[in-house]
Amino acid sequence: MSVRDSQDGKHHGRGDTPRRTSRRNFLRSVLTATPALGLLGCTSNDGSVQGRAPVFFTPQEAAFIDAATQRLIPADTLGGGANEAGITTFLDLQLAGAYGRAERWYMQGPWPSGSDQQGFQLKYTPAQIYRDAIKRVDAHCRQQHGKPFAQLDGARQDELLHALEQGKLDLGDIPAKTFFTMLWQNTQEGYLADPAYSGNRDFAGWKLIGFPGPRYNYVEDIEQFGKPYQAPFVSLVGRDPSAYLRGES
Amino acid sequence: MARRERPVDVVLVGFGWTAAIIAQELTEAGVQVLALERGEFRDTVPDFATDTIQDELRYAVRKQIFESPERETLTFRNSADQTALPMRHLGSFMPAAGVGGAGVHWNGQCWRFLPQDFEIRTHTEQRYGKKFIPEQMNLQDWGVTYDELEPHYDRFEYLCGVSGTAGNIGGVKQPGGNPFEGARKRGYPLPPLKRSASTMLFDKAAREVGFDPFPCPAANASKPYRNPLGVQMGQCTYCGYCEWFGCGNYSKASPQTTILPVLLKKDNFSYRTRCNVTRVNTDNTGKRATGVTYVDVDGNEIEQPAAMVVLCAFAQHNVHLLLLSRIGTPYDPATGRGVVGRNYAYQITSSVDVFQKEILNPFMGAGALGQGVDNFNGDNFDHGPLGFIGGGYIALWNTGGRPILQHHLPADAPTWGSGWKKAMHDNYLTATSIATHGSVMSYRSNYLDLDPTWRDDYGNPLLRLTFDFQPNEHAMSDYLTDQATKIAQAIPGATHHVKKRDGHYSIVPYQTTHNTGGAAMGTDPTTSVVNRYLQSWDVPNLFVMGASVFPQNAGYNPTGTVGALTFWAAEAMKRYLKNPGPLVTA
Amino acid sequence: MNARPGLAITLALGVGLCAAGAVAANAGMSDRTSPGPHASVQHGRYLVRAGDCMACHTASNGAPYAGGRAVPTPFGTIYSTNITPDPDTGIGRWDGDDFYRAMHEGIARDGHRLYPAFPYPWFTKLSRDDVRDIKAYLDTRTPVRQRDIAPKLPWPLSVRSAMAVWDAMYFDAGSYRANPEKSAQWNRGAYLVRGVGHCSACHGDKNFAGAVDADHPLGGGFAEHVFAPALTGGQRDGLGQWSEQDIVDYLGTGRNAITTAAGPMAEVVSQSTRYLSKPDLRAIAVYLKSLPAPPQDDVATADAAVMRHGAALYLDNCEGCHRRGGTGEAGAFPRLRDSSAIQAEHPDTLIATILRGDAVPATDADPTGLAMPAFGKRLDDDDIAALTTYIRQAWGNHAAPVSSSDVKDLREKLRHPG
Repeated sequence: MSVRDSQDGKHHGRGDTPRRTSRRNFLRSVLTATPALGLLGCTSNDGSVQGRAPVFFTPQEAAFIDAATQRLIPADTLGGGANEAGITTFLDLQLAGAYGRAERWYMQGPWPSGSDQQGFQLKYTPAQIYRDAIKRVDAHCRQQHGKPFAQLDGARQDELLHALEQGKLDLGDIPAKTFFTMLWQNTQEGYLADPAYSGNRDFAGWKLIGFPGPRYNYVEDIEQFGKPYQAPFVSLVGRDPSAYLRGES
Repeated sequence: MARRERPVDVVLVGFGWTAAIIAQELTEAGVQVLALERGEFRDTVPDFATDTIQDELRYAVRKQIFESPERETLTFRNSADQTALPMRHLGSFMPAAGVGGAGVHWNGQCWRFLPQDFEIRTHTEQRYGKKFIPEQMNLQDWGVTYDELEPHYDRFEYLCGVSGTAGNIGGVKQPGGNPFEGARKRGYPLPPLKRSASTMLFDKAAREVGFDPFPCPAANASKPYRNPLGVQMGQCTYCGYCEWFGCGNYSKASPQTTILPVLLKKDNFSYRTRCNVTRVNTDNTGKRATGVTYVDVDGNEIEQPAAMVVLCAFAQHNVHLLLLSRIGTPYDPATGRGVVGRNYAYQITSSVDVFQKEILNPFMGAGALGQGVDNFNGDNFDHGPLGFIGGGYIALWNTGGRPILQHHLPADAPTWGSGWKKAMHDNYLTATSIATHGSVMSYRSNYLDLDPTWRDDYGNPLLRLTFDFQPNEHAMSDYLTDQATKIAQAIPGATHHVKKRDGHYSIVPYQTTHNTGGAAMGTDPTTSVVNRYLQSWDVPNLFVMGASVFPQNAGYNPTGTVGALTFWAAEAMKRYLKNPGPLVTA
Repeated sequence: MNARPGLAITLALGVGLCAAGAVAANAGMSDRTSPGPHASVQHGRYLVRAGDCMACHTASNGAPYAGGRAVPTPFGTIYSTNITPDPDTGIGRWDGDDFYRAMHEGIARDGHRLYPAFPYPWFTKLSRDDVRDIKAYLDTRTPVRQRDIAPKLPWPLSVRSAMAVWDAMYFDAGSYRANPEKSAQWNRGAYLVRGVGHCSACHGDKNFAGAVDADHPLGGGFAEHVFAPALTGGQRDGLGQWSEQDIVDYLGTGRNAITTAAGPMAEVVSQSTRYLSKPDLRAIAVYLKSLPAPPQDDVATADAAVMRHGAALYLDNCEGCHRRGGTGEAGAFPRLRDSSAIQAEHPDTLIATILRGDAVPATDADPTGLAMPAFGKRLDDDDIAALTTYIRQAWGNHAAPVSSSDVKDLREKLRHPG
């Protein structure tokens, strides 16, 4: 609603105001903003990660994210891991979009460092942090082990992730802990957010824990103490979000 | 050169709860009212439609409906010897932006403060003696009593359709309600919400350890409701998306679901969105407000003349505006003199996570679906041997089970990997959490002023917050957490993860958006910014609403008290409009 | 309240009182009657609201009663006329007889025939006194100088005299004659429904020429791409299950224990029927409840797979408000089970509501205007067909299944109205 529309405050009726384009365009704009527009529904398989051409990640970065997130959330007896859940695609779209650009963050200098209680004080956006940190981790791996992170074995990868978590790797301006915290937070988001954002594929994360999705009526269920809730999993875009994201529904 | 708009009788800065109430009351009195809102207009349909709003990532994680620190934030430090640094993104608290304000995204936990809370200094001195109060603590009476506010609490509760069980009607204790609450003249407008499995667990355990549990008052409608303005609400469906979200079902009280359908039709009310007020203007005496200046979405600076100005923005924004407008004497921590920015307070929270075997389906919930105990709030218990002032409630809130932010894992669960997956799998449906929600007093060293370095999008200095938890608050919170732990221990077969609030206050993790003070109300102009009618001591045609007027914070969510104070102030404003001038002689 | 696209009444042929540029050009003294005595003006306002005159005779964002509102008809577009007292472009020079002739016979002051989108086939029933009062009220409106817009109709409809043929075939002028076997209350109801209320303009089936079936005038009909349901006594899709009080509540407030007004009817309630007196609403209810039920056709049973698909969509999209079992929520959200609106002969109103969303009319007594979001983007034609089929056949509802092409056609029509 523009200021002019609302000058007299009487234009709250929405009949004349185009509110939404299509649901899909709306989601795309929220998710990805301009760089990724049109790519959400892309099905071309050019050998890149998870069947999609990354929007933000280079192939090397995508390989790192594939490998690191699969260690953070592995495939095991409880089901698929980060790769099966589409988390690289999720992260790729997030970093290409408003979040990656820190669009809502206060990013004016000066940039002194502060206490833990004062929180984030880096002049880098999440996209810049990922880009720089991945490059430095891979450089470290090449130097120490002769190959990038993605090509190391699982045990070694775990060691490195623990080192990041404990702040024991030097990533230049970016504290290793900051990068790890961001990566792990965003990985969980990709696993547990609505599948409309391209992660949590086939409801992998929600199936693991038993969250049915954004259902809207538990009036009759809430007092069924101790009983499992049975309705099928659902997303903001219906019961088959993958089809939706492919543009088939 | 600023463009000048046509004058109005009353201009409201912000268009959330307090502005909606003031606008409704004053337009009924025949006055022309204009609200200026920095955010956008939004309403149940289409903005909170359920295929849109039930999106944890977008709203709760990326914080889409809150204020954007990109444009204006504050700087923060724990103590005056540090350099305050900008809060780069939201964390500890989440101020709203947009029509409806925080009334859109709140949980609906709608409490009354205790009678003693309003006379805390007098009460404490009487019961425990003057020496009981720490030297650095600015403990102050409010200048208004619970009995004076009672009719206004009642109006707000009936406006919102609060669901609950009364504990004290006219001095007579009521079964099932909060036995500690102040006397109310009648019961809640709606019966309590349905119980969930987890609130049942809490109820039983709390009884077992000898406490007095009751259903927490909820501005989530337990039944379809029509308020005194004729505005309708639908029954809550327990979808679990209240806090951080707008309600898609007309079930959570907000300006949109309680007032706006009536207010927006009035010829003597208007509002403008995306208008960021940057100054309250005064005449050359500095004793009379002439209106406000705001910046519109195109960056134009516009002057809006008005005969009366009411600050209805979020607590610290009201204080920021007063400081930028040089109204009232800014607080100086070195001398202890001055009032604007003094009495900043917050709340101190902790939790005890509970892990047990029964399926709880945490995702079925409502923002104010909770069972609580008030045995350790205010002065409901003997503080003498404990040595601290204040208290809080302990409650199990079943607000929802949104998977990213609302899962609980045992203390020994691996932080990632297969062990994390297993812990998620094993605990999501069966874990719950008991919360404590404690008061924070005001101190000489906790305050708001203007930052010397960083500026907002409009070129104004950012507000600077200097705040830390004090020993009194840590002692109180630890005690409260111990009581919560007792309840957790009475839940059969359960293990716990006690999460005390240790160390310095941090602006990083979310705690609560109950920031208060900075424009305290009171009876003495040397320790308060506004009088007991929320009228500025310095500029009588300026009023300040909201939690910014709290002299210190109590152990409850503040919205109920904010609503009551707003109705109370609206009555005073009507008197003022008939006969302008100071309502209290200093 | 914002006017919605779509008028409260639709007729097959354009809007009446079309002076169509043929404004009398005789100069000289205005023979406009002076505003009548207060009681007459007040009563006129009541009737003008009852007839919802303003809805058609006011363009979107236009001056009240100055006309210019485009009314799409299957035959072309017609524009409503200026009925403000402006002497040159309105009806300021019309005297009482001129106005009565227009209302009673469908003939304008200059003798040209009006198109029956102006509901003179109903207004002919009005008493002379009532017509006089309507004119008295209109004369108190602010005169607006605004020339009428010529209708865009194909030949031969563009020839005014062709309407003489139409009138000869389908129109009988005549005031309402009371049925002596019925009560005064019933007769008052019949007078309002068949006269100024012109209910069958929407709720009646129209023939190819746009005339309402005189034998079954309230058996349901299409209006603005939605189906105005039968007002006869059918248990399933009529008012058979409604009490008199339900009808009074619905017309007075836009909602009752059974349902809420949607689409064009929501506008009719908020602009017209809510202003009717309680005795008149009661009289209308008494009359409508006297109408017999038509014989009901059997309907086909929906395919089980379609019902499963519909049930899933209902759970995912509708159940939050309309609740499990389609019970709705008394006092807030309409019931779908056992609802005549849902089981109407044609599902168009239901489909349109799902596609576009809707809001209960906001009135002074019920200011909220509880709204339903649009699902037209989220659900495709197959989805909506399955969902509406399910809603029309679940929980004991019994109405014909809906096909995807029904949804597709309506979606298209709503996208390109007119």
